[in-house]
Amino acid sequence: RELSSESNIYIYCLNILVFVTLQQRDPMLKRDCFEDILEERRNSSDLKYALRCYAPVLYKGVTPCKANMLKNIVLQSDQLHYVINQVSQESGEAPDIIQEEASVILEEMAHRLQISTVRCFAFALSKAFKTLFQHVCVNEEGIQRLQQAIQEHPVVLLPSHRSYMDFLLMSYILYTYDLALPVIAAGMDFMGMKFVGEMLRMSGAFFIRRSFGGDKLYWAVFSEYVKTMLRNGFAPIEFFLEGTRSRTCKSLTPKLGLLNIVIEPFFKGEVFDVNLVPVSISYERILEESLYARELLGVPKPKESTSGLLKARRILSEDYGSIHVYFGQPVSVRSLAQGKVNRSTYNLFPRHIPRKPMEETQSFVNDTAYRIVRLQEDNMVLKPWVLMASLLLQNLEGLELSVLTEQTVWLRGLALSYAAFLDWPDQAPTAKVVSSSLALHRGLACVSGDRVSLVVGEPLGPVTPEEALFNRAVSVLSCASYRNQVLHVFLRPAMLAVAMLHLSDEVYNCFSFLWDMFSNDFILCPGDTVQDFEEACYLLVKTGAVQMPQQDIVMTDIGQPTLSFFNGLLEPFLQGYQVVCRYLCEEASEGLTEKQYIPAVRSFAVKLILAGNLRCYEVLSSDMQKNALAALLRMDAVRKVKVADQVTLIVNKMAVNSIDDILGKNRMISHINQTPISPSLSLVAVAEDLYRDGLTPSYIR
Amino acid sequence: MASDSNSSESQRIAQQRLRIIAGHLQKHKDDDSGTIATECKAEANKGTVPRKRQEIMKWNGWGYSDSKFLFNKKGQAEFTGKRYRLSGMVLPSLQDWFENTFGASVNHKSPATPALNASAVPPASLNEAFVEDLKATGIPFSHEAEDRVFRAHGHCLHEIFALREGKKFERVPDMVVWPNCHNDVVKIVELACKHNVCLIPYGGGTSVTSALECPPEETRCIVSLDTSQMNRILWIDEKNLVAHVEAGIIGQDLERLLNESGYCTGHEPDSMEFSSLGGWVATRASGMKKNVYGNIEDLVIHLKVVTPRGVIEKSCQGPRMSTGPDIHHFILGSEGTLGVVTEVTMKIRPIPEYQKYGSVVFPNFEAGVACLREVAKQRCAPASIRLMDNEQFQFGKSSFKTLPFHLCKGIYIFKGFDPHQLVVATLLFEGDRERVLQHEKQVYDIAATFGGLAAGEDNGQRGYILTFVIAYLRDLGMDYYVVAESFETSVPWDRVLDLCRNVKERINRECKERGVQFQPLTSCRVTQTYDAGACVYFYFAFNYRGLADPVHTYERVEHAAREEILANGGSLSHHHGVGKLRKEWMKESISSLGVGMLQSVKDYVDPDNIFGNRNLL
Repeated sequence: RELSSESNIYIYCLNILVFVTLQQRDPMLKRDCFEDILEERRNSSDLKYALRCYAPVLYKGVTPCKANMLKNIVLQSDQLHYVINQVSQESGEAPDIIQEEASVILEEMAHRLQISTVRCFAFALSKAFKTLFQHVCVNEEGIQRLQQAIQEHPVVLLPSHRSYMDFLLMSYILYTYDLALPVIAAGMDFMGMKFVGEMLRMSGAFFIRRSFGGDKLYWAVFSEYVKTMLRNGFAPIEFFLEGTRSRTCKSLTPKLGLLNIVIEPFFKGEVFDVNLVPVSISYERILEESLYARELLGVPKPKESTSGLLKARRILSEDYGSIHVYFGQPVSVRSLAQGKVNRSTYNLFPRHIPRKPMEETQSFVNDTAYRIVRLQEDNMVLKPWVLMASLLLQNLEGLELSVLTEQTVWLRGLALSYAAFLDWPDQAPTAKVVSSSLALHRGLACVSGDRVSLVVGEPLGPVTPEEALFNRAVSVLSCASYRNQVLHVFLRPAMLAVAMLHLSDEVYNCFSFLWDMFSNDFILCPGDTVQDFEEACYLLVKTGAVQMPQQDIVMTDIGQPTLSFFNGLLEPFLQGYQVVCRYLCEEASEGLTEKQYIPAVRSFAVKLILAGNLRCYEVLSSDMQKNALAALLRMDAVRKVKVADQVTLIVNKMAVNSIDDILGKNRMISHINQTPISPSLSLVAVAEDLYRDGLTPSYIR
Repeated sequence: MASDSNSSESQRIAQQRLRIIAGHLQKHKDDDSGTIATECKAEANKGTVPRKRQEIMKWNGWGYSDSKFLFNKKGQAEFTGKRYRLSGMVLPSLQDWFENTFGASVNHKSPATPALNASAVPPASLNEAFVEDLKATGIPFSHEAEDRVFRAHGHCLHEIFALREGKKFERVPDMVVWPNCHNDVVKIVELACKHNVCLIPYGGGTSVTSALECPPEETRCIVSLDTSQMNRILWIDEKNLVAHVEAGIIGQDLERLLNESGYCTGHEPDSMEFSSLGGWVATRASGMKKNVYGNIEDLVIHLKVVTPRGVIEKSCQGPRMSTGPDIHHFILGSEGTLGVVTEVTMKIRPIPEYQKYGSVVFPNFEAGVACLREVAKQRCAPASIRLMDNEQFQFGKSSFKTLPFHLCKGIYIFKGFDPHQLVVATLLFEGDRERVLQHEKQVYDIAATFGGLAAGEDNGQRGYILTFVIAYLRDLGMDYYVVAESFETSVPWDRVLDLCRNVKERINRECKERGVQFQPLTSCRVTQTYDAGACVYFYFAFNYRGLADPVHTYERVEHAAREEILANGGSLSHHHGVGKLRKEWMKESISSLGVGMLQSVKDYVDPDNIFGNRNLL
């Protein structure tokens, strides 16, 4: 057993590393204080505020440049001319015509930032925020750092994205602090909202099509437009790394297109540096809460329309708690790239000719994207309710209020020792904290007698079992969106806990299997398996849940509650993935198309739940289903084949079965049409099989 | 008679040329030279450089001992001596510029050690058998400490700083030899091979790449081969316009002697007062007038090089050959690693009839670069065209502000130009009068399309006067806690602006990070234009008060600046060379295969590493 002895040596070394890790993590714990920007709004005139003198500092040496001038620079750029000529040669159209096309694209895309619109928004949003939220808190030190950064180098603002509110909120805050207003990359779907779309455009949004894969001209106009703004220091550029709003409150796997565009000018030497500023926006209650849950359950997302937004007025009467916006430390691309990317490889190719980024660059950008999202996660503010939701979801039948309170206090201690950014009201007695959280989220949890349980929307009149199930699923998924907020804190030790409870002999292999499996569901930086394992060990040792005598990892006497909580935390994901595997092995027909996949898994799961064989509602979430499929595709257990216009999924039942088997140890789902599973198929064998070639963790090699 | 009138015409031209040279270069007196007795030559040695260089040159700074900047008792800057046009003049506003730019003060002096402490020089470790054999040849040599230390360094900041501080050199040459002719060199190299002695050729000593530093790990006897006494023009061939010259001749002597016959080489690197023909060949030198005359590789027709394997030379003087890779190119840029260049046949030109300076002011550096690019595109560059950035403009302004000669107020009347943005290009036209005037108009017309305004001849000429005294300024700075250095690169046109901006920014950032307490001066100029790019020259200086090891700080910053240059598409060097200072980037620059090719030449030509200065590879 070569593998095993090497992992033992590794674990031995780990004891030494623990100290180093401790030192590395500590600076991260220093976080800034918050100021409530609504406080002043409640005490002074909104009109005066909207009309006040606004004179932000700009990127050094830059002369402010009008939006129209910007368009001209783009249309006259060598970069665009090159592509126009190329497209013209390929299509046979005259360059003038292509140039005209480019100009139309740019017209459709470009923002028309003007201060008067911003002032309108400042006024309207002040009113709206005061009704909706108790506090809008901002870390002012972060604002100061940003102000400094804006003057030194081009700045890219990278906020987390969990609500439509995000970019209005960002611009509002920057206006409040007299900072340069950002230009914001927004999806074209907003343009559908006629009036609002134009308003957004005039407050700095520019619109990009959701997909333009092969369209060279579109890409050229778009990337040159963004780069021109960056190079000229026109304004901070803002976009969402996650690409779309996260419906689950988990961070999404970052998209790289725009990040590639804003980083390239640095590699080409066109700017000295680019500062990436992660911004974490945490909502105590998300406006779209139940909307998201329904969407995940298969009710299609309503097309953005102005009337839809007006209907949203209904929400104005509700209390949405507080928002915390944390501006992280600016990250210098130059420092990040030091030693990773050799810029001189750009020396031998004309800079105006578009080129696919080199492998080295691609992996750097990918890595950077993940790191930024993790920085966003690190500074997400967690409310006590997040902890309570995590506990409630592990006790769907409900909990005694006193037990919930007691466990919440316990979980609070655990979260704090894992460096969670917890906003726990100082001095307030615990019971008060718990009850006010329950009050704010009365739509999700109710207290009847002494018992706290999830609310199930009381239907009017008789309902079918499916409808009842659906109602319950909405509240579970809504609740899960709060639990998800704390997952990034607990994820690594939780995976280790699951690995330990599975098979304590081969803990690392099991950890690494889970790590790989879940890398679509969670933000796990590529190549960081070992580091994450170290972190997990460190954290569990730190809280006394495990010990690492010599060459082993063992649970301590006091570790049981922690490990079983962690196990319960990941249980829905393990079950969800398992259901998907089951479906693919047992139910899926030959020629299953990608389109049919989600509804088919959903009805399979509904059947299981109704039959009483499954108690996990989260598997009904399309998000989980997609992530599970992506994992199986990545692990080569499923392949995509394009037949005619359809994409068909080819299932390798043997492989899927083995994965199911690993997940299935100790799982609660009882088999239907139980297929006998070879007992000889041990975890290690499967893991070894899965980690052939490229998948082998580097330290094992 | 025609030939008579021709020769009187050429004499007239020679006279004029002499005046020009005397004007902008130095006030040279013939009796300055000739002080050295030649031992084995019949004709008198006309060279400027005596064997005992320290008799006329500073042992711990730039140039002639009698010429230096100092702040007089009134705190005003003054340039001493009689050699230059600036000599004897007071520059009252230089102090303000100096103090404001560096945060330095004339009250805070950092004086140099007054004299060389001979006891701090490592004792000479002589190869007695070699010395015996050498004595028999009659070639003069010395192992006095002063002679040896003088040849242990070039003009890198760390070298001059160490001399000024009286720091001990780890390794210096053990002896110095002064061959008088090619045959002397052949004998020396033969003896060196016979006795396994390390030879380091020494020309003008103006290296800024640590090329003259003795490798500390060298255990053999190190002999510095000083070529300064091989300084004759052996013949001039007017039919083919070439001259055959001994390679030890220094630039000013070569030009002066050729001028006497009505000719010039037109090769004028900024160091031409002291640098030697052999040194130019060994480093691939570039002269400011290369647009008309070419760089050294364009000027060389034939080379004679003594190597441990024998003498390399070609069999004819054909102007171009297709005989495989040009063997001259193994020698050009070989930095003394293969042998000693003893004689060079190079192109000469009649002294131009007419010379005119000029200058153009641009609203900003971007416009200036765009103009130079257009000039290069139209291939109408004057003999010299240089673009100074705003920092250099500010300096030029301050140093000349109240000079008595021809104060041109021109620069101050360009309304609408931001004085903290505007930049100046200086121009030098050469040729027959009519064509110069025509050419001048063409260039000014191009400049106008980039917003450039003609700013007069005087402003142009001043720029070129400064060229020769600017090296003296560093010594002044070092008297007041300011260290300075220059470095250069070549870069494609489209990257010039980005490179300049990024390198300056990198220097500023590195200085800050390394604890430099005062804002450094970073300045650049575009000094040469080519079809496909330009040569950019950087100046970098800072006040080092409060730093424990200023030289180390300086070196780290320069290192970072070079990395930035390479990352921005600049070359490792345009004309300074690699030496030992930039060796680490050779592989990256020319690929490891390229390094291997050079290495195999070295291995063949000098298998015992007799030429052991360890430059380049």
